[in-house]
Amino acid sequence: MNQVRTVHTEQDFKLLKRGSTELLLALYKKANAGHIGSSLSCLDILLYLYSKEIDSSRGDQLVLSKGHAAGALYVTLSQFGLLNEDLDTFYKDGTKLAAHPPCSGKIPAIPFGTGSLGHGLSLATGMAFAQRFGSSSQPTLGEKKIFCVLSDGECNEGSTWEAALFAGHHRLQNLVVIVDANGLQGLGSTHDILDLEPFEDKWKSFNFETCVIQDGNDFQQIADAFLQIQERSSNKPICLIARTCKGAGVSFMENQFQWHYLPMNDQQYEAALKEIRGRDA
Amino acid sequence: MRKEFSQWLEQKVSENPQIVFLTGDLGFQAFEGVAKAAGKRFVNVGVSEQNMIGLAAGLASQGLLPICYSIAPFAVFRPLEQIRLDVCIHNMNVKIIGNGGGYGYGVMGATHHALEDLACLSSLPNMKCFVPLCNEDLFSNAESMMSYAGPSYLRLGAGAWPPTIPAPTPSGFRKILSGGEAVVLGLGPVIQNVLKAELERRSQEGVPHSSVYGVSELPLAQLTSEFVDEVKRTGRLLIVEEHVQRGGLAEHLALLLMKNGVHAKTRNLCAQGYPNGLYGSQSYHQKLSHLDSASIHTTLSELFL
Repeated sequence: MNQVRTVHTEQDFKLLKRGSTELLLALYKKANAGHIGSSLSCLDILLYLYSKEIDSSRGDQLVLSKGHAAGALYVTLSQFGLLNEDLDTFYKDGTKLAAHPPCSGKIPAIPFGTGSLGHGLSLATGMAFAQRFGSSSQPTLGEKKIFCVLSDGECNEGSTWEAALFAGHHRLQNLVVIVDANGLQGLGSTHDILDLEPFEDKWKSFNFETCVIQDGNDFQQIADAFLQIQERSSNKPICLIARTCKGAGVSFMENQFQWHYLPMNDQQYEAALKEIRGRDA
Repeated sequence: MRKEFSQWLEQKVSENPQIVFLTGDLGFQAFEGVAKAAGKRFVNVGVSEQNMIGLAAGLASQGLLPICYSIAPFAVFRPLEQIRLDVCIHNMNVKIIGNGGGYGYGVMGATHHALEDLACLSSLPNMKCFVPLCNEDLFSNAESMMSYAGPSYLRLGAGAWPPTIPAPTPSGFRKILSGGEAVVLGLGPVIQNVLKAELERRSQEGVPHSSVYGVSELPLAQLTSEFVDEVKRTGRLLIVEEHVQRGGLAEHLALLLMKNGVHAKTRNLCAQGYPNGLYGSQSYHQKLSHLDSASIHTTLSELFL
Protein backbone atom coordinates (compact mmCIF):
# COMPACT_ATOMS: atom_id res chain seq x y z
CA MET A 1 0.00 0.00 0.00
CA ASN A 2 1.18 3.49 -0.79
CA GLN A 3 1.67 6.10 1.84
CA VAL A 4 -1.45 8.21 2.37
CA ARG A 5 -1.23 11.48 0.46
CA THR A 6 -1.92 14.87 1.85
CA VAL A 7 -2.55 17.66 -0.60
CA HIS A 8 -2.24 21.19 0.72
CA THR A 9 -1.08 23.28 -2.19
CA GLU A 10 -1.52 23.36 -5.93
CA GLN A 11 2.07 22.17 -6.20
CA ASP A 12 1.24 19.13 -4.05
CA PHE A 13 -1.59 18.39 -6.42
CA LYS A 14 0.63 18.77 -9.49
CA LEU A 15 3.04 16.23 -8.08
CA LEU A 16 0.21 13.91 -7.17
CA LYS A 17 -1.29 14.28 -10.61
CA ARG A 18 1.98 13.61 -12.42
CA GLY A 19 2.71 10.53 -10.34
CA SER A 20 -0.84 9.28 -10.78
CA THR A 21 -0.82 9.84 -14.52
CA GLU A 22 2.43 7.88 -14.82
CA LEU A 23 0.94 5.07 -12.76
CA LEU A 24 -2.17 5.09 -14.91
CA LEU A 25 -0.24 4.95 -18.18
CA ALA A 26 1.94 2.15 -16.84
CA LEU A 27 -1.16 0.28 -15.72
CA TYR A 28 -2.77 0.37 -19.14
CA LYS A 29 0.50 -0.29 -20.96
CA LYS A 30 1.23 -3.42 -18.94
CA ALA A 31 -2.32 -4.59 -19.51
CA ASN A 32 -2.17 -3.59 -23.20
CA ALA A 33 -5.63 -2.24 -22.62
CA GLY A 34 -7.93 0.56 -23.74
CA HIS A 35 -10.10 3.06 -21.82
CA ILE A 36 -7.02 5.26 -21.28
CA GLY A 37 -8.73 8.40 -22.57
CA SER A 38 -11.74 7.87 -20.30
CA SER A 39 -9.53 7.38 -17.27
CA LEU A 40 -7.36 10.42 -17.99
CA SER A 41 -10.51 12.45 -18.44
CA CYS A 42 -11.68 11.96 -14.83
CA LEU A 43 -8.36 11.38 -13.05
CA ASP A 44 -8.21 14.99 -11.82
CA ILE A 45 -11.76 14.79 -10.50
CA LEU A 46 -11.06 11.61 -8.57
CA LEU A 47 -7.75 12.88 -7.19
CA TYR A 48 -9.42 16.11 -6.11
CA LEU A 49 -12.35 14.32 -4.47
CA TYR A 50 -10.11 11.99 -2.48
CA SER A 51 -7.71 14.77 -1.49
CA LYS A 52 -10.28 17.41 -0.52
CA GLU A 53 -13.86 16.23 -0.33
CA ILE A 54 -14.19 12.57 0.59
CA ASP A 55 -13.90 12.06 4.32
CA SER A 56 -13.55 8.34 4.94
CA SER A 57 -13.76 8.83 8.70
CA ARG A 58 -17.23 10.34 8.18
CA GLY A 59 -18.14 7.29 6.09
CA ASP A 60 -18.26 9.15 2.77
CA GLN A 61 -18.42 6.85 -0.22
CA LEU A 62 -17.96 7.18 -3.96
CA VAL A 63 -19.62 5.34 -6.82
CA LEU A 64 -17.77 5.52 -10.10
CA SER A 65 -20.74 5.18 -12.41
CA LYS A 66 -18.53 5.41 -15.50
CA GLY A 67 -16.96 2.08 -14.60
CA HIS A 68 -14.81 1.98 -17.74
CA ALA A 69 -12.51 4.48 -15.98
CA ALA A 70 -11.65 1.85 -13.38
CA GLY A 71 -7.93 2.46 -13.95
CA ALA A 72 -8.27 6.04 -12.71
CA LEU A 73 -10.16 4.83 -9.65
CA TYR A 74 -7.61 2.11 -8.81
CA VAL A 75 -4.71 4.56 -9.14
CA THR A 76 -6.48 7.15 -7.00
CA LEU A 77 -7.42 4.68 -4.29
CA SER A 78 -3.87 3.39 -4.33
CA GLN A 79 -2.47 6.93 -3.94
CA PHE A 80 -4.65 7.51 -0.90
CA GLY A 81 -3.92 4.19 0.77
CA LEU A 82 -7.38 2.82 0.13
CA LEU A 83 -6.42 -0.07 -2.09
CA ASN A 84 -4.87 -3.17 -0.62
CA GLU A 85 -4.22 -4.69 -4.02
CA ASP A 86 -1.13 -4.72 -6.18
CA LEU A 87 -1.87 -2.53 -9.22
CA ASP A 88 0.25 -4.92 -11.27
CA THR A 89 -2.56 -7.48 -11.10
CA PHE A 90 -4.80 -5.19 -13.21
CA TYR A 91 -6.34 -7.18 -16.08
CA LYS A 92 -4.53 -10.39 -15.11
CA ASP A 93 -6.26 -13.72 -14.54
CA GLY A 94 -7.44 -14.02 -10.96
CA THR A 95 -7.28 -10.26 -10.30
CA LYS A 96 -9.62 -8.27 -8.08
CA LEU A 97 -8.86 -5.30 -10.34
CA ALA A 98 -10.92 -6.02 -13.42
CA ALA A 99 -11.29 -3.62 -16.33
CA HIS A 100 -14.41 -2.33 -14.58
CA PRO A 101 -14.73 -1.91 -10.79
CA PRO A 102 -15.47 -5.33 -9.31
CA CYS A 103 -18.87 -6.39 -7.97
CA SER A 104 -17.21 -8.79 -5.54
CA GLY A 105 -17.30 -6.51 -2.51
CA LYS A 106 -13.66 -7.47 -1.91
CA ILE A 107 -12.43 -3.88 -2.12
CA PRO A 108 -14.01 -1.90 0.74
CA ALA A 109 -13.55 1.44 -1.01
CA ILE A 110 -15.65 0.22 -3.94
CA PRO A 111 -19.21 -0.15 -2.63
CA PHE A 112 -20.61 -1.18 -6.01
CA GLY A 113 -19.13 -2.62 -9.13
CA THR A 114 -20.16 -0.76 -12.27
CA GLY A 115 -19.60 -0.99 -15.99
CA SER A 116 -23.08 -1.04 -17.42
CA LEU A 117 -23.89 2.65 -17.78
CA GLY A 118 -26.81 4.27 -16.03
CA HIS A 119 -26.67 2.31 -12.78
CA GLY A 120 -24.44 4.44 -10.58
CA LEU A 121 -26.72 7.36 -9.87
CA SER A 122 -29.56 5.16 -8.57
CA LEU A 123 -27.10 3.31 -6.35
CA ALA A 124 -25.58 6.53 -5.02
CA THR A 125 -29.04 8.02 -4.57
CA GLY A 126 -30.09 5.00 -2.51
CA MET A 127 -26.93 5.28 -0.41
CA ALA A 128 -27.56 8.99 0.18
CA PHE A 129 -31.27 8.45 0.87
CA ALA A 130 -30.42 5.72 3.41
CA GLN A 131 -28.92 8.35 5.69
CA ARG A 132 -32.44 9.68 6.26
CA PHE A 133 -33.35 6.53 8.11
CA GLY A 134 -30.28 5.83 10.14
CA SER A 135 -28.89 2.37 10.39
CA SER A 136 -27.17 0.43 13.08
CA SER A 137 -24.13 -0.10 10.86
CA GLN A 138 -23.78 3.59 10.02
CA PRO A 139 -23.74 5.79 13.12
CA THR A 140 -22.84 8.95 11.17
CA LEU A 141 -26.45 9.80 10.49
CA GLY A 142 -27.03 12.81 8.29
CA GLU A 143 -23.42 13.76 7.83
CA LYS A 144 -22.19 11.18 5.43
CA LYS A 145 -21.84 12.28 1.81
CA ILE A 146 -22.18 10.13 -1.27
CA PHE A 147 -20.25 11.09 -4.40
CA CYS A 148 -21.09 9.80 -7.84
CA VAL A 149 -18.97 10.32 -10.94
CA LEU A 150 -20.96 10.05 -14.16
CA SER A 151 -19.90 10.26 -17.76
CA ASP A 152 -21.80 12.57 -20.07
CA GLY A 153 -22.45 9.63 -22.41
CA GLU A 154 -24.34 7.78 -19.72
CA CYS A 155 -26.72 10.70 -19.45
CA ASN A 156 -28.25 9.10 -22.55
CA GLU A 157 -29.57 6.42 -20.18
CA GLY A 158 -33.10 6.98 -18.94
CA SER A 159 -32.30 5.40 -15.59
CA THR A 160 -29.85 8.24 -14.85
CA TRP A 161 -32.72 10.71 -15.08
CA GLU A 162 -35.06 8.51 -13.03
CA ALA A 163 -32.51 8.72 -10.24
CA ALA A 164 -32.00 12.45 -10.76
CA LEU A 165 -35.76 13.05 -10.45
CA PHE A 166 -35.81 11.11 -7.19
CA ALA A 167 -32.75 12.83 -5.73
CA GLY A 168 -34.08 16.27 -6.60
CA HIS A 169 -37.56 15.52 -5.30
CA HIS A 170 -36.20 14.28 -1.98
CA ARG A 171 -33.68 17.10 -1.66
CA LEU A 172 -30.77 14.74 -1.11
CA GLN A 173 -28.27 17.39 -0.14
CA ASN A 174 -25.72 14.76 0.86
CA LEU A 175 -25.51 13.57 -2.77
CA VAL A 176 -22.77 15.08 -4.93
CA VAL A 177 -22.78 14.25 -8.64
CA ILE A 178 -19.82 15.14 -10.81
CA VAL A 179 -20.30 14.67 -14.53
CA ASP A 180 -17.10 14.04 -16.39
CA ALA A 181 -18.34 15.92 -19.44
CA ASN A 182 -15.61 15.29 -21.97
CA GLY A 183 -18.02 15.68 -24.87
CA LEU A 184 -17.20 12.32 -26.41
CA GLN A 185 -18.99 9.02 -26.25
CA GLY A 186 -18.82 5.61 -27.90
CA LEU A 187 -18.66 6.57 -31.54
CA GLY A 188 -18.22 10.31 -31.60
CA SER A 189 -19.19 13.58 -29.96
CA THR A 190 -22.14 13.84 -27.60
CA HIS A 191 -23.27 16.87 -29.60
CA ASP A 192 -23.57 14.83 -32.80
CA ILE A 193 -24.87 11.59 -31.30
CA LEU A 194 -27.47 12.69 -28.77
CA ASP A 195 -27.16 16.32 -27.80
CA LEU A 196 -27.32 16.85 -24.04
CA GLU A 197 -27.47 20.64 -24.15
CA PRO A 198 -28.64 22.67 -22.41
CA PHE A 199 -26.98 20.29 -19.96
CA GLU A 200 -26.75 22.48 -16.87
CA ASP A 201 -30.37 23.55 -17.33
CA LYS A 202 -31.39 19.91 -17.38
CA TRP A 203 -29.84 19.24 -13.97
CA LYS A 204 -31.17 22.53 -12.65
CA SER A 205 -34.66 21.62 -13.78
CA PHE A 206 -34.30 18.31 -11.94
CA ASN A 207 -33.80 20.38 -8.79
CA PHE A 208 -30.04 20.04 -8.47
CA GLU A 209 -27.77 22.82 -7.29
CA THR A 210 -25.44 23.12 -10.26
CA CYS A 211 -22.13 24.57 -11.24
CA VAL A 212 -20.14 24.24 -14.44
CA ILE A 213 -16.38 23.80 -14.20
CA GLN A 214 -14.96 25.22 -17.40
CA ASP A 215 -11.76 23.20 -17.11
CA GLY A 216 -12.58 20.03 -15.22
CA ASN A 217 -8.96 18.92 -15.45
CA ASP A 218 -7.80 21.90 -13.41
CA PHE A 219 -7.45 21.37 -9.67
CA GLN A 220 -8.09 25.00 -8.75
CA GLN A 221 -11.19 25.29 -10.87
CA ILE A 222 -12.64 22.11 -9.32
CA ALA A 223 -11.85 23.49 -5.86
CA ASP A 224 -13.44 26.84 -6.70
CA ALA A 225 -16.60 25.12 -7.91
CA PHE A 226 -16.93 23.17 -4.65
CA LEU A 227 -16.39 26.36 -2.69
CA GLN A 228 -18.96 28.20 -4.74
CA ILE A 229 -21.55 25.45 -4.30
CA GLN A 230 -20.94 25.21 -0.56
CA GLU A 231 -21.40 28.95 -0.16
CA ARG A 232 -24.90 28.67 -1.56
CA SER A 233 -25.93 26.51 1.45
CA SER A 234 -28.56 24.84 -0.69
CA ASN A 235 -30.68 21.93 0.47
CA LYS A 236 -30.59 20.41 -2.99
CA PRO A 237 -28.40 17.62 -4.31
CA ILE A 238 -25.33 18.95 -6.10
CA CYS A 239 -24.33 18.45 -9.71
CA LEU A 240 -20.99 19.73 -10.93
CA ILE A 241 -20.58 19.57 -14.67
CA ALA A 242 -16.88 19.27 -15.25
CA ARG A 243 -15.97 20.15 -18.84
CA THR A 244 -13.07 17.81 -19.25
CA CYS A 245 -10.83 16.57 -21.99
CA LYS A 246 -10.74 12.93 -22.96
CA GLY A 247 -7.12 11.83 -22.78
CA ALA A 248 -6.18 14.94 -20.77
CA GLY A 249 -2.46 15.48 -20.43
CA VAL A 250 -1.38 13.37 -23.40
CA SER A 251 -1.68 15.65 -26.43
CA PHE A 252 -2.07 12.95 -29.08
CA MET A 253 -4.93 11.41 -27.11
CA GLU A 254 -6.74 14.62 -26.24
CA ASN A 255 -10.28 14.89 -27.58
CA GLN A 256 -9.75 11.80 -29.73
CA PHE A 257 -12.61 9.36 -29.17
CA GLN A 258 -10.58 6.40 -30.39
CA TRP A 259 -8.60 6.61 -27.14
CA HIS A 260 -11.70 5.24 -25.51
CA TYR A 261 -10.64 1.95 -27.04
CA LEU A 262 -7.00 1.86 -28.10
CA PRO A 263 -4.08 0.45 -26.14
CA MET A 264 -0.70 2.19 -26.46
CA ASN A 265 2.18 0.80 -28.46
CA ASP A 266 5.73 1.26 -27.13
CA GLN A 267 6.37 4.50 -29.00
CA GLN A 268 3.09 6.03 -27.89
CA TYR A 269 3.76 5.03 -24.30
CA GLU A 270 7.23 6.60 -24.38
CA ALA A 271 5.86 9.77 -25.98
CA ALA A 272 3.09 10.00 -23.39
CA LEU A 273 5.51 9.53 -20.50
CA LYS A 274 7.89 12.09 -21.93
CA GLU A 275 5.11 14.62 -22.19
CA ILE A 276 3.85 13.99 -18.66
CA ARG A 277 7.34 14.17 -17.15
CA GLY A 278 8.33 17.19 -19.22
CA ARG A 279 5.32 19.29 -18.39
CA ASP A 280 6.01 20.05 -14.77
CA ALA A 281 9.75 19.45 -14.75
CA MET B 1 -52.80 -12.69 -1.66
CA ARG B 2 -51.95 -9.00 -1.77
CA LYS B 3 -54.30 -8.37 1.15
CA GLU B 4 -52.48 -11.01 3.20
CA PHE B 5 -49.16 -9.56 2.15
CA SER B 6 -50.24 -6.11 3.23
CA GLN B 7 -51.36 -7.43 6.64
CA TRP B 8 -48.10 -9.26 7.10
CA LEU B 9 -46.04 -6.26 6.00
CA GLU B 10 -47.92 -3.86 8.27
CA GLN B 11 -46.81 -5.94 11.23
CA LYS B 12 -43.26 -6.36 9.93
CA VAL B 13 -42.61 -2.66 9.38
CA SER B 14 -43.84 -2.03 12.91
CA GLU B 15 -41.39 -4.57 14.32
CA ASN B 16 -38.36 -3.93 12.13
CA PRO B 17 -37.07 -0.34 11.76
CA GLN B 18 -34.66 -1.42 9.00
CA ILE B 19 -37.48 -2.12 6.55
CA VAL B 20 -38.06 0.52 3.87
CA PHE B 21 -41.05 -0.15 1.62
CA LEU B 22 -40.68 1.12 -1.95
CA THR B 23 -43.53 1.11 -4.43
CA GLY B 24 -43.39 1.95 -8.12
CA ASP B 25 -46.55 4.02 -7.72
CA LEU B 26 -48.83 0.99 -7.48
CA GLY B 27 -50.94 -0.50 -4.72
CA PHE B 28 -54.19 1.47 -4.73
CA GLN B 29 -56.34 0.50 -1.74
CA ALA B 30 -53.78 -2.04 -0.69
CA PHE B 31 -51.05 -0.48 1.44
CA GLU B 32 -52.72 2.31 3.35
CA GLY B 33 -52.14 0.42 6.63
CA VAL B 34 -48.51 -0.18 5.70
CA ALA B 35 -48.06 3.50 4.88
CA LYS B 36 -49.40 4.46 8.30
CA ALA B 37 -47.23 1.95 10.13
CA ALA B 38 -44.08 2.70 8.13
CA GLY B 39 -44.29 6.49 8.18
CA LYS B 40 -41.36 7.92 6.26
CA ARG B 41 -40.18 4.38 5.52
CA PHE B 42 -43.03 4.09 3.02
CA VAL B 43 -41.61 5.57 -0.17
CA ASN B 44 -43.43 5.97 -3.46
CA VAL B 45 -40.53 6.19 -5.90
CA GLY B 46 -42.85 7.06 -8.78
CA VAL B 47 -43.18 5.17 -12.05
CA SER B 48 -39.51 4.30 -12.26
CA GLU B 49 -38.80 0.64 -11.68
CA GLN B 50 -35.15 0.78 -12.72
CA ASN B 51 -34.47 3.48 -10.18
CA MET B 52 -36.50 1.62 -7.55
CA ILE B 53 -34.24 -1.42 -7.77
CA GLY B 54 -30.97 0.52 -7.98
CA LEU B 55 -32.10 2.68 -5.11
CA ALA B 56 -32.98 -0.44 -3.11
CA ALA B 57 -29.50 -1.87 -3.67
CA GLY B 58 -28.03 1.42 -2.42
CA LEU B 59 -30.27 1.32 0.65
CA ALA B 60 -29.35 -2.31 1.35
CA SER B 61 -25.64 -1.46 1.12
CA GLN B 62 -26.18 0.90 4.06
CA GLY B 63 -27.78 -1.78 6.26
CA LEU B 64 -31.44 -1.15 5.47
CA LEU B 65 -33.89 -3.79 4.30
CA PRO B 66 -35.74 -2.56 1.21
CA ILE B 67 -38.94 -4.27 0.05
CA CYS B 68 -39.88 -3.21 -3.49
CA TYR B 69 -43.38 -3.54 -4.85
CA SER B 70 -44.96 -3.34 -8.27
CA ILE B 71 -47.06 -5.64 -10.40
CA ALA B 72 -45.02 -8.68 -11.39
CA PRO B 73 -44.10 -7.77 -15.00
CA PHE B 74 -43.05 -4.24 -14.09
CA ALA B 75 -41.12 -5.36 -11.01
CA VAL B 76 -39.10 -7.90 -12.98
CA PHE B 77 -38.65 -7.12 -16.65
CA ARG B 78 -38.06 -3.37 -16.80
CA PRO B 79 -35.37 -3.39 -14.10
CA LEU B 80 -33.95 -6.83 -14.91
CA GLU B 81 -30.42 -5.51 -15.37
CA GLN B 82 -30.60 -3.64 -12.06
CA ILE B 83 -31.79 -6.87 -10.43
CA ARG B 84 -28.98 -8.82 -12.04
CA LEU B 85 -26.12 -6.41 -11.37
CA ASP B 86 -27.02 -4.15 -8.46
CA VAL B 87 -28.92 -6.72 -6.39
CA CYS B 88 -27.99 -10.30 -7.30
CA ILE B 89 -24.32 -10.10 -8.26
CA HIS B 90 -23.68 -7.90 -5.21
CA ASN B 91 -25.83 -10.26 -3.11
CA MET B 92 -27.83 -7.39 -1.64
CA ASN B 93 -30.66 -8.17 0.73
CA VAL B 94 -33.39 -6.69 -1.43
CA LYS B 95 -36.91 -8.11 -1.53
CA ILE B 96 -38.93 -7.75 -4.72
CA ILE B 97 -42.68 -8.29 -4.59
CA GLY B 98 -44.53 -8.86 -7.86
CA ASN B 99 -48.29 -8.89 -7.71
CA GLY B 100 -50.37 -10.95 -10.15
CA GLY B 101 -47.81 -13.44 -11.44
CA GLY B 102 -48.75 -15.51 -14.50
CA TYR B 103 -52.03 -14.41 -16.06
CA GLY B 104 -53.09 -12.80 -12.77
CA TYR B 105 -54.03 -9.49 -14.37
CA GLY B 106 -56.28 -11.29 -16.89
CA VAL B 107 -57.95 -9.00 -19.37
CA MET B 108 -55.41 -6.23 -18.67
CA GLY B 109 -53.46 -8.08 -21.34
CA ALA B 110 -49.96 -9.22 -22.18
CA THR B 111 -48.25 -6.09 -20.85
CA HIS B 112 -49.57 -6.93 -17.39
CA HIS B 113 -48.79 -10.65 -17.37
CA ALA B 114 -45.61 -12.25 -16.04
CA LEU B 115 -45.07 -15.59 -17.72
CA GLU B 116 -41.25 -15.64 -17.84
CA ASP B 117 -40.43 -13.99 -14.52
CA LEU B 118 -39.25 -17.14 -12.75
CA ALA B 119 -37.06 -18.17 -15.69
CA CYS B 120 -35.36 -14.78 -15.65
CA LEU B 121 -34.95 -14.51 -11.92
CA SER B 122 -34.19 -18.09 -10.90
CA SER B 123 -31.18 -18.04 -13.23
CA LEU B 124 -29.61 -15.11 -11.37
CA PRO B 125 -26.98 -15.65 -8.69
CA ASN B 126 -28.16 -15.67 -5.05
CA MET B 127 -31.80 -15.11 -6.04
CA LYS B 128 -34.58 -17.11 -4.38
CA CYS B 129 -38.09 -17.04 -5.79
CA PHE B 130 -41.14 -17.68 -3.61
CA VAL B 131 -44.52 -18.54 -5.11
CA PRO B 132 -47.13 -19.12 -2.37
CA LEU B 133 -49.71 -21.80 -3.13
CA CYS B 134 -52.71 -19.87 -1.82
CA ASN B 135 -53.66 -16.82 0.20
CA GLU B 136 -53.08 -18.61 3.50
CA ASP B 137 -49.66 -19.76 2.29
CA LEU B 138 -48.43 -16.17 1.90
CA PHE B 139 -47.35 -15.86 5.51
CA SER B 140 -44.93 -18.80 5.64
CA ASN B 141 -43.45 -17.83 2.27
CA ALA B 142 -42.97 -14.24 3.37
CA GLU B 143 -41.27 -15.46 6.54
CA SER B 144 -38.98 -17.79 4.55
CA MET B 145 -38.10 -14.85 2.31
CA MET B 146 -37.19 -12.71 5.30
CA SER B 147 -35.12 -15.43 6.96
CA TYR B 148 -32.97 -15.56 3.81
CA ALA B 149 -30.64 -12.56 3.89
CA GLY B 150 -30.28 -12.21 0.15
CA PRO B 151 -32.06 -11.25 -3.07
CA SER B 152 -35.61 -12.57 -3.11
CA TYR B 153 -38.69 -12.42 -5.29
CA LEU B 154 -42.18 -13.04 -4.00
CA ARG B 155 -44.70 -13.74 -6.74
CA LEU B 156 -48.18 -13.00 -5.48
CA GLY B 157 -51.21 -14.75 -6.92
CA ALA B 158 -54.65 -15.41 -5.53
CA GLY B 159 -57.02 -18.08 -4.31
CA ALA B 160 -58.06 -19.83 -1.13
CA TRP B 161 -57.06 -23.33 -0.13
CA PRO B 162 -59.67 -26.05 -0.74
CA PRO B 163 -61.48 -26.53 2.61
CA THR B 164 -61.46 -30.33 2.44
CA ILE B 165 -57.67 -30.57 2.25
CA PRO B 166 -55.45 -29.94 5.28
CA ALA B 167 -53.63 -26.60 5.13
CA PRO B 168 -50.20 -26.87 3.48
CA THR B 169 -47.27 -27.12 5.87
CA PRO B 170 -44.61 -24.43 5.46
CA SER B 171 -42.03 -25.69 2.98
CA GLY B 172 -40.86 -24.85 -0.51
CA PHE B 173 -41.52 -28.41 -1.71
CA ARG B 174 -44.29 -30.35 0.02
CA LYS B 175 -46.50 -33.35 -0.42
CA ILE B 176 -50.15 -32.41 -0.24
CA LEU B 177 -52.04 -35.54 -1.28
CA SER B 178 -50.92 -39.15 -1.30
CA GLY B 179 -52.04 -41.17 -4.25
CA GLY B 180 -49.54 -43.66 -5.45
CA GLU B 181 -50.38 -44.15 -9.14
CA ALA B 182 -48.91 -40.95 -10.58
CA VAL B 183 -47.15 -37.82 -9.34
CA VAL B 184 -48.41 -34.31 -10.03
CA LEU B 185 -46.55 -31.11 -9.18
CA GLY B 186 -48.11 -27.69 -9.12
CA LEU B 187 -46.13 -24.48 -8.94
CA GLY B 188 -47.78 -21.71 -6.92
CA PRO B 189 -51.51 -20.99 -6.93
CA VAL B 190 -52.26 -23.12 -10.01
CA ILE B 191 -51.98 -26.02 -7.54
CA GLN B 192 -55.54 -25.08 -6.62
CA ASN B 193 -56.67 -26.23 -10.09
CA VAL B 194 -54.59 -29.38 -9.72
CA LEU B 195 -56.25 -30.20 -6.40
CA LYS B 196 -59.71 -29.55 -7.84
CA ALA B 197 -58.98 -31.92 -10.72
CA GLU B 198 -57.60 -34.61 -8.44
CA LEU B 199 -60.56 -34.32 -6.03
CA GLU B 200 -62.97 -34.67 -8.96
CA ARG B 201 -61.11 -37.75 -10.13
CA ARG B 202 -61.24 -39.21 -6.65
CA SER B 203 -65.00 -38.70 -6.55
CA GLN B 204 -65.26 -41.16 -9.45
CA GLU B 205 -65.00 -44.89 -8.80
CA GLY B 206 -62.12 -46.92 -10.17
CA VAL B 207 -59.98 -43.90 -11.10
CA PRO B 208 -56.34 -44.20 -9.98
CA HIS B 209 -55.20 -41.62 -7.43
CA SER B 210 -52.21 -39.34 -7.89
CA SER B 211 -49.89 -37.89 -5.31
CA VAL B 212 -49.86 -34.11 -5.44
CA TYR B 213 -46.85 -31.98 -4.54
CA GLY B 214 -46.84 -28.22 -4.17
CA VAL B 215 -43.75 -26.25 -5.16
CA SER B 216 -43.39 -22.70 -3.88
CA GLU B 217 -39.66 -22.08 -4.03
CA LEU B 218 -37.26 -21.87 -6.97
CA PRO B 219 -34.53 -22.81 -7.70
CA LEU B 220 -35.46 -26.24 -6.41
CA ALA B 221 -33.38 -27.57 -3.58
CA GLN B 222 -32.44 -31.25 -3.49
CA LEU B 223 -35.38 -33.49 -4.27
CA THR B 224 -36.74 -35.54 -1.39
CA SER B 225 -36.09 -39.27 -1.59
CA GLU B 226 -39.82 -39.86 -1.09
CA PHE B 227 -40.57 -37.83 -4.21
CA VAL B 228 -37.84 -39.45 -6.30
CA ASP B 229 -38.95 -42.94 -5.24
CA GLU B 230 -42.56 -42.14 -6.01
CA VAL B 231 -41.79 -40.88 -9.53
CA LYS B 232 -39.60 -43.93 -10.10
CA ARG B 233 -42.28 -46.32 -8.83
CA THR B 234 -45.29 -44.82 -10.61
CA GLY B 235 -43.49 -43.86 -13.82
CA ARG B 236 -46.03 -41.10 -14.43
CA LEU B 237 -45.38 -37.41 -13.90
CA LEU B 238 -47.35 -34.24 -14.58
CA ILE B 239 -45.97 -30.75 -13.91
CA VAL B 240 -48.40 -27.81 -13.92
CA GLU B 241 -47.14 -24.22 -13.93
CA GLU B 242 -48.54 -20.84 -14.90
CA HIS B 243 -45.23 -19.94 -16.51
CA VAL B 244 -43.62 -20.65 -19.86
CA GLN B 245 -41.89 -23.98 -20.27
CA ARG B 246 -38.44 -22.51 -20.90
CA GLY B 247 -36.75 -22.02 -17.57
CA GLY B 248 -39.77 -23.17 -15.64
CA LEU B 249 -40.35 -25.85 -13.04
CA ALA B 250 -40.63 -28.76 -15.50
CA GLU B 251 -37.29 -28.08 -17.17
CA HIS B 252 -35.62 -27.61 -13.84
CA LEU B 253 -37.14 -30.79 -12.42
CA ALA B 254 -36.33 -32.86 -15.51
CA LEU B 255 -32.61 -32.32 -15.03
CA LEU B 256 -32.76 -33.18 -11.35
CA LEU B 257 -34.67 -36.39 -12.11
CA MET B 258 -32.21 -37.33 -14.86
CA LYS B 259 -29.38 -36.82 -12.40
CA ASN B 260 -31.21 -39.22 -10.11
CA GLY B 261 -31.52 -41.75 -12.94
CA VAL B 262 -35.31 -41.51 -12.97
CA HIS B 263 -37.35 -41.80 -16.13
CA ALA B 264 -41.10 -41.30 -16.25
CA LYS B 265 -43.89 -40.69 -18.75
CA THR B 266 -44.00 -36.91 -18.38
CA ARG B 267 -46.46 -34.18 -19.29
CA ASN B 268 -46.02 -30.46 -18.73
CA LEU B 269 -48.94 -28.06 -18.65
CA CYS B 270 -47.63 -24.53 -18.83
CA ALA B 271 -48.43 -21.04 -20.08
CA GLN B 272 -48.76 -21.03 -23.87
CA GLY B 273 -48.77 -17.27 -24.25
CA TYR B 274 -51.61 -16.01 -26.45
CA PRO B 275 -52.41 -18.86 -28.85
CA ASN B 276 -55.48 -17.17 -30.39
CA GLY B 277 -54.33 -13.58 -29.95
CA LEU B 278 -57.37 -12.82 -27.79
CA TYR B 279 -57.64 -11.70 -24.18
CA GLY B 280 -59.80 -12.49 -21.20
CA SER B 281 -59.81 -13.30 -17.50
CA GLN B 282 -57.11 -15.33 -15.78
CA SER B 283 -59.44 -18.36 -16.02
CA TYR B 284 -59.83 -17.74 -19.77
CA HIS B 285 -56.05 -17.75 -20.28
CA GLN B 286 -55.64 -20.76 -18.02
CA LYS B 287 -58.16 -22.65 -20.13
CA LEU B 288 -56.36 -21.73 -23.37
CA SER B 289 -53.13 -23.05 -21.85
CA HIS B 290 -54.84 -26.16 -20.45
CA LEU B 291 -54.14 -25.03 -16.92
CA ASP B 292 -57.79 -25.21 -15.82
CA SER B 293 -58.96 -28.13 -13.68
CA ALA B 294 -60.86 -29.82 -16.56
CA SER B 295 -57.77 -29.84 -18.77
CA ILE B 296 -55.62 -31.08 -15.88
CA HIS B 297 -58.19 -33.84 -15.31
CA THR B 298 -58.00 -34.84 -18.99
CA THR B 299 -54.21 -34.76 -19.03
CA LEU B 300 -54.08 -36.95 -15.95
CA SER B 301 -56.38 -39.46 -17.63
CA GLU B 302 -54.07 -39.49 -20.66
CA LEU B 303 -51.10 -40.28 -18.42
CA PHE B 304 -52.77 -43.57 -17.56
CA LEU B 305 -53.44 -44.60 -21.17
